[in-house]
Amino acid sequence: MTTSTISSKAAPVSFQGVTKIYGRDVVAVDDINLEIEAGKLVTLLGPSGCGKTTTLRMIAGLEMATKGRIAIGDRDVTKLPATDRDVSMVFQSYALFPHMTVLENVSYGLTFSGFNKADARDRAAQGLDLVGLKDFGDRLPSELSGGQQQRVAVARALVLEPQVLLFDEPLSNLDAKLRRQMREEIRDIQQNLGMTVVYVTHDQEEALAVSDVIVVMRNASIAQIGTPRELYDAPADRFVADFIGEANLIPCEILSVEGDEAEISIADFHHRLPSRGLQPGAAMLAVRPSRLVLDESEGFPAWVKKATYVGSRMEYTLEAQFGAVFAVTDSTDEPFQVGQEMTVGFASTGPVLLPGD
Amino acid sequence: MRQSPSDASTHSVLIFWIITGWVGFLVLPWYGVQDGFFSFEWLVDGYPFDEDYAPAAFLIGQGEKLWLTPLIPFLLAPLFVLKLRKTDPAFAKVLILSGALGFSVLIAQGFGIGIRGWNFAWLEAAFGPLGDRQFGMGYGALLIASAFLFIFTHGIAARGAINGDVFVVGAIGFVILIVAAFVFFPIAKMLSAAFITEEGGYSGTTFIEKFVDHRLWGIGCLTGAGRCGAALNSLFLAVTVGFLTTVLGLVFALVVTRSGFRHTRVLRALTVLPIITPPFVIGLALILLFGLSGSVTVFFSDVFGVQPSRWLYGMPGILIAQTLAYTPIAFLVLIGVVEGVSPSMEEAAQTLRANRWQVFRTVSLPLMRPGLANAFLIGFIESMADFGNPLILGGNFDVLSTEIFFAIVGAQYDQGRAAVVALVLLSFTLAAFYAQRFWLGKKSYTTVSGKGDAGVHPKMPRGLAVPVFIVAGVWGAFTVTVYGMILYGSVVELWGVNNTLTFKHYVTAFSVRIEDSGIRWSGAAWDSFWTTVQIAAIAAPLTAAVGLLTAYLLTRQSFAGRNAFEFGTMLSFAIPGTVIGVSYILAFNVPPVEITGTGVILVVSFIFRNMPVGVRAGIASMSQLDKSLDESSLTLGANSWQTFRKVILPLLRPAILAALVYSFVRAMTAISAVIFLVSANYDMATSYIIGRVENNDYGLAIAYSTTLIFVMLSAVGVLQLLVGKTRIGRRKQTT
Repeated sequence: MTTSTISSKAAPVSFQGVTKIYGRDVVAVDDINLEIEAGKLVTLLGPSGCGKTTTLRMIAGLEMATKGRIAIGDRDVTKLPATDRDVSMVFQSYALFPHMTVLENVSYGLTFSGFNKADARDRAAQGLDLVGLKDFGDRLPSELSGGQQQRVAVARALVLEPQVLLFDEPLSNLDAKLRRQMREEIRDIQQNLGMTVVYVTHDQEEALAVSDVIVVMRNASIAQIGTPRELYDAPADRFVADFIGEANLIPCEILSVEGDEAEISIADFHHRLPSRGLQPGAAMLAVRPSRLVLDESEGFPAWVKKATYVGSRMEYTLEAQFGAVFAVTDSTDEPFQVGQEMTVGFASTGPVLLPGD
Repeated sequence: MRQSPSDASTHSVLIFWIITGWVGFLVLPWYGVQDGFFSFEWLVDGYPFDEDYAPAAFLIGQGEKLWLTPLIPFLLAPLFVLKLRKTDPAFAKVLILSGALGFSVLIAQGFGIGIRGWNFAWLEAAFGPLGDRQFGMGYGALLIASAFLFIFTHGIAARGAINGDVFVVGAIGFVILIVAAFVFFPIAKMLSAAFITEEGGYSGTTFIEKFVDHRLWGIGCLTGAGRCGAALNSLFLAVTVGFLTTVLGLVFALVVTRSGFRHTRVLRALTVLPIITPPFVIGLALILLFGLSGSVTVFFSDVFGVQPSRWLYGMPGILIAQTLAYTPIAFLVLIGVVEGVSPSMEEAAQTLRANRWQVFRTVSLPLMRPGLANAFLIGFIESMADFGNPLILGGNFDVLSTEIFFAIVGAQYDQGRAAVVALVLLSFTLAAFYAQRFWLGKKSYTTVSGKGDAGVHPKMPRGLAVPVFIVAGVWGAFTVTVYGMILYGSVVELWGVNNTLTFKHYVTAFSVRIEDSGIRWSGAAWDSFWTTVQIAAIAAPLTAAVGLLTAYLLTRQSFAGRNAFEFGTMLSFAIPGTVIGVSYILAFNVPPVEITGTGVILVVSFIFRNMPVGVRAGIASMSQLDKSLDESSLTLGANSWQTFRKVILPLLRPAILAALVYSFVRAMTAISAVIFLVSANYDMATSYIIGRVENNDYGLAIAYSTTLIFVMLSAVGVLQLLVGKTRIGRRKQTT
């Protein structure tokens, strides 16, 4: 892999006030600003219809921004069609040309980039080597498995050494096991070559696993930008908290704020945690299911409504005064019984305060 | 690496078109060469100074045709912007202006000045009499016109239309221009002809007079006072044929898909028949069976003493012939419909305790209803447009398509009346076309989603199966008999009089003598046969190219006015051949486009008559190609032309072949438009055959028809072989 001569010309991408409107009034992307650093893998994450694919296609030049400015490197590409942008893309359907062999597919883009035939072949062969398909050059795409087709699609995009490489839900047609393997390979190649990659997915686990930065989108605009850890541990609002991993949203009251620390009360249980700039009053506490500690000495009262054994862990639905919460524990040996009453506490880190509505 | 490759390539294409324009201006003859488009005698015959062959520049240089001078600035202007980048607003502005104005000047002088000087009185009043005149435009004008068009579309693209895509904008402009020139312009010309009085002025009353004519709308046959008008006859005939073909088509479709009938391949082969059969051949066969000396007629008069009569000539004959001819088309449409009803719907109904008959009545049939309406409308349009059968079987039963013909070629020679009748016919077919597209378009329930539907269609209920089999059997046998008659009739000495078998007719038509000077094609039919093959062979690739290009634009590109574009390009499907024929005569008999009597007009008429075939073949196979194929090619650095050539076209090879063969075959079997456009030099097989029929020379006519059927059968057969072989690498497309 390291002997390859394929390198990268990674460039940053910048969106300034970009809006995309389809037809007369369907707003797909609404006035977003986004800076993507060179050499980083940035994921656009969000529920379907949030505008993430449109954003990606605007980087590719397959959709034109209705308003705003898009730059790749130091070049304004807002009006440039796909052909003239130094960007390549891996499609959800792979979009391999069925009438060309694997090698022809991979060298396709090279022939339009000023390489002569022999060079194009060489580079294409290197690209195939990079994705571990060295000996498959003469096959037709229809003679490859899904995972292999995926690799060809990646190789085809890689060999052009694009300033930005785009992935549109690349793993959604693969089965779960292959998906994990492929996402690791994509991440490896990206890090080894130092490429700028923009990656669209609706799978939050995939996003957490591969990204340097995640951009969470909702309703045509950006909900939050951050590293996987920031988003998981410090979501900006209820939407992000709930979309990235699951979170129990528990209504609470901030009693007082001292410095960075707030004291809150939930059903007579008092707890101290970082205030994150909130003022006393009604608020919302987001707690991951794994950060609820069952049968603690300090906490709020609840009883077990439902207990489910899922192999590696136990999942509980607990009923408390303020409603239901969802918890998981790793101990499966002596599970709690349905109907059992207990006190539920919080792990020392994990719960975060969010503004109340 | 890809800093701005398209600047260079854009300019090289632009330079090509500018040079083309200058070549058209400086080198090639401006006016149409009388010897024909493909004859190059002019090169040695006084070129470049002879007025007839001179390029525009030489004409102006000799002080003639000075109205061509205004073209020069618009040819010069684009040269000055070549240095500019395409993002420069001046670049786009200059190109758009010089393209549009140059084209306008070209058109204006073409229409303004004709064979007799000024074409319009007000021009003469404004500029005084013109001591000069001009003929139809030729190569030079053609090149300059295309140069201006593409310079204009270049400018539009530079302004950012369709992401600045030069190829797509150019293609859209090209298709719009040729459809406007060869579909809308002739129709408009015909429309205006309908208002022209005998003195040459325009008058609404003339139109109304001709429009309300009792020969069109008379209801004599209902009241018992004589004959009905042609419009009512046509309407009644078309509705009946539409209904009958739909019912029979459904019967055959049910037999194929829902009866467990084994030999479905034989029935499917039936669908080829209407494609390879010249439309009037069925009529000929019916005459052999039921005419005055037809076999059946003779049999009945011998055995039962039934007096032979001319009952066949008129409504009954046309009705039978058209129903025979168009049932396979309805069958083809309805197979898709009947198969398209999702089996899982029917299975769901069965599990909900409906029995077979209830399933058919409550689920299958309602789901097929839009498809049935579609088949009816197609039968309606085909019957309305049919010309050959009414011509030879019509008798006293006038229909619109033949009325048009007789108004133009008959003793009446009334172009205005022909135009009015053509308009009536056109409005009927357009109404049906409109209903088909806009009313049915939204109502299709058939589910061809590509998702696997594992179910199996249930069999027909028994109460339905029995009559269906009987009808299918009888009608199938009848069809086979009719085609057998054609074959048999071609080897009989003189039908009904002398029934000895002979190859005489084939010899008369297709004899070949080998002489010292080489092979001599001495048969009577060779001339028209070779002309037909030649014209069809020229028209076929052009038809396929225009059709596929249009299909590409329709399925792959979105642009303002796309729906109107689609409607315009599919429209020629609904324009009956006779209407095309009349409108071409009216439009292209005089400058600026003067091509009647040439082979070019035949080629052009075939291109636009058959274009919808190519478009539909293209759309059908292009919509199976995932759009991400194009997009990935674009993101890999190919431009849209390279994408079209390297990705789309290779994947469309079967569609291209099909479009080629079908436009070839349709060009060989066409009669309705052709009969107006043939000339002494360019006689076509079909019009030659009609001529033989009119001379009661049935033997030769039938022998020639049989030969045509076999030629086309082999063309279709070769196609099947080729398409079968090109299916490589498409087994599994993107999943």
